[in-house]
Amino acid sequence: MADPQRSNHPAPEYDGPPDYRVIGRHGVFPETSHDEIERINFLAQMNRHLAARVVPGVKAAYEARVAPKFAAAHGRPIATRHEARKAMLEDPAFCTWSALRRMTMEQRQQAGRWTAIRQREELNARGKALIEGDDRLVLNPALEIPRYVSAVDHHCMPGSYHIEYAPDDFTNGANYDHAGFVTTGGLLGKYSDGGGHAVVQWVKKNLPDFAPKKILEFGGTVGHSSLPLAQAFPDAELTIVDLGAPVLRYGLARAKSLGINNVRFVQASAENLKDIFEDASFDWVQTTMFLHELSTRALRNIFAESHRLLRPGGIVLHVEQPQYAPDMPLFEQAMRDWDAFYNNEPFWSRMHEMDLDAEMERAGFDRSKIIHGGVYGVVDREIFPDAAEDNTEDYGRKAAWHVIGAVA
Amino acid sequence: MSFNDALNEAGAKPAGKRPYFLEPQVERVLAITMSIAQELAVAHQRADTLERLLRAKGILAEGEIDAFTPDAAASAQRQMWNQEYIARILRIVQQENEAAALSDDVASGEMADDMVRDAD
Repeated sequence: MADPQRSNHPAPEYDGPPDYRVIGRHGVFPETSHDEIERINFLAQMNRHLAARVVPGVKAAYEARVAPKFAAAHGRPIATRHEARKAMLEDPAFCTWSALRRMTMEQRQQAGRWTAIRQREELNARGKALIEGDDRLVLNPALEIPRYVSAVDHHCMPGSYHIEYAPDDFTNGANYDHAGFVTTGGLLGKYSDGGGHAVVQWVKKNLPDFAPKKILEFGGTVGHSSLPLAQAFPDAELTIVDLGAPVLRYGLARAKSLGINNVRFVQASAENLKDIFEDASFDWVQTTMFLHELSTRALRNIFAESHRLLRPGGIVLHVEQPQYAPDMPLFEQAMRDWDAFYNNEPFWSRMHEMDLDAEMERAGFDRSKIIHGGVYGVVDREIFPDAAEDNTEDYGRKAAWHVIGAVA
Repeated sequence: MSFNDALNEAGAKPAGKRPYFLEPQVERVLAITMSIAQELAVAHQRADTLERLLRAKGILAEGEIDAFTPDAAASAQRQMWNQEYIARILRIVQQENEAAALSDDVASGEMADDMVRDAD
């Protein structure tokens, strides 16, 4: 048993997020004061409370009030998730939960930005010292940020992944990294890398002979889900492509300070990498919780690029929250759609209803070689909650994902 | 020193029109209330930290807290804390005011329609 003063097991009956102080730090992680830490602890507990103790009430209200009221008014039951969501907008239970959930996200952004911005100069200097002159960071200041990214800041994060506030800026990378704990409640582990470890575990189990040398990740931001791939295949070179300079800079500094060196960070649009990478030049193309941040056109372009870039026999894997299937209850679908309408994830709803198998085929993959699977976040269970055993449903936030992929 | 930048920018409005689930006046007050709830939790944890540390070291004597007078530097720090506190709690007022100056802000749900149409 650890020193009880520092322990995250305050009591055997405690069930909830660990103390933020267990989070892993590195060379560009911002400093956090006592109060900044407690602010994040409070917000993580807010999300936990909303998921564990408020959502069941929203569900009960849907069954007891919303669905019967709709049926009485229309002479038929609710038929689609959009009807379910709009009907719930008339009900105080859904509205109160929604207002509190939105506010918690806004408070998380303010808390995270406060910490990052108040120490911006020091943070940028520290980051710069770690990566200056390193050719593993390739930025393209002329890169145009597409409207599907710029019009609506992802999950209410001002400036999303791409806005810079100073030359050689790391701010938005730092905010994204250090306060993401609020949303995940520790389910992604010490370095927010539970998604990456889950992918590695799945690959080692299902593709035991796969020995990639060149790995490419689209939309890897600061490398949370990417670094485990580089760690699991130390002889491989991992390239992370993203639109945002601040997250790429931060990502390389973070990787280096964590002692992971077989990684490169390239600022580019994954929709068109023809000038950067040759056909069939990768063994593995990966995305993790990325597809829902694309537009329909971008998703199709990115699928096509993944097909172009894979050598024959190479693997593409996309890790995402589960698709809306006919057997998923409409209440659950409507709750999962919340992020699309109220948390600045505009494509979330459309993406989760797409026929991804058909899209893979459209991109050139053989339908008979499409891969389906499921993974849970892999974390240090001494300290962090286990997503597979956690029965709390926080629609769209849980570290439980579907895998769709293909062999080229 | 980025204190003023943080004061001005930490509570910035993200691009994308804000949804309202309750009467706007009610939601505004609830947003402010939840920020205060957060800061009260933070204050409670800090006081608890202090108490435990001081108890463990046998340092704090009866009446010392009430008799405390900060010096000029401490006063300035404490007043800056008040500024940060107010900016944090009144985030929603800042964001509504930033929204008032925008003519082309699009809601996430409307943007989704654009993104799908754009593919056809």
